[in-house]
Amino acid sequence: MTEPATRSVIVERELPHPPEKVWRALTQGHLLEEWLMKNDFQPVVGHRFTFRATPLPYWNGVLDCEVLIVEPNRQLSYRWNASGDEAAGGLKTIVTWTLTPTKDGVLVRMEQSGFRPEEEVNLRGAEHGWQRNFGNLERVVAGLT
Amino acid sequence: MATKADTLFSTLADPTRRAIFERLCRDGELTVRALTDQAGVSQPAVSKHLGVLKLAGLVHDRRAGRETHYSAQPRALAPLIDWMSLHGAFWRDRFDRLEALLNRMDQ
Repeated sequence: MTEPATRSVIVERELPHPPEKVWRALTQGHLLEEWLMKNDFQPVVGHRFTFRATPLPYWNGVLDCEVLIVEPNRQLSYRWNASGDEAAGGLKTIVTWTLTPTKDGVLVRMEQSGFRPEEEVNLRGAEHGWQRNFGNLERVVAGLT
Repeated sequence: MATKADTLFSTLADPTRRAIFERLCRDGELTVRALTDQAGVSQPAVSKHLGVLKLAGLVHDRRAGRETHYSAQPRALAPLIDWMSLHGAFWRDRFDRLEALLNRMDQ
C-alpha cells in the first residue's frame, strides 16, 4: 500500500524585521494570540497544546497541537489537527515555520502539509472541510453577500 | 467534467441564487411561496433556482402535502472552504496580522 498523496499550503513573505523578533511573535503565547489564535503554546518539543477560536457550524473551534521542532530563530513545527469528535475524519496536518535571514530582514516560510486530496474530502463527506476554515468562514460568508 | 467545486462556484455566481441560499441560511426552512414573496422574481424562476441549488447540494427539499419546504445545507460549502485553505487564504490573512503585530512590537 502506498500512502495517499497529500497537498501542502506554502506561504512565504519577506519581512523587514530581525529573525529574533519574528521568533518571539511565533513562540510567545500572548503575541501568538494577537495574530493567530488563543493558545497554551510553549516552545518545548513534545508539548501538547490547543489553538482556540470561536466555534462555527461544523467546526468546534479547537485544534489539537503538539510541538515537533524548536530551533530558536530558525525553525518551528507543530501538529495542527482537528479535535474531539471531529478528530477521526478531520484535519491532520503539520505546520512548519522556517526563518531565513535576508539582507533586509527575514524570509518567513509557512508550510502546512498533509492535506488529503479533494477526492478523499468528497468521499468522506463534506464536514471535515469546515474544520480547515478557522476564522475564515465568517469572511467567506460575508463575501457571499 | 465539472467537479463538485465547479458546480458550487457556478451555482453561487448567480446573485438571485445566492440571495435565496442566504435567506434559507438566515430564516431556516421555507416554502417556494415564502421565498418568492421576497425574491423579486416569479415563482417558476425561484423553483428553477432552487433546482440548481439542490443539484449543488446547497438546499434540501421536504414535501409536506402540497407544499415543498426548502432548507439550506451549508455543509455543501465545504469545497469552497477547501479551495480557500489550499490556496493559503487563511495563512495570507494571518501573515498580514503577524506583520502588523511586528510593526507594533519593540525590537
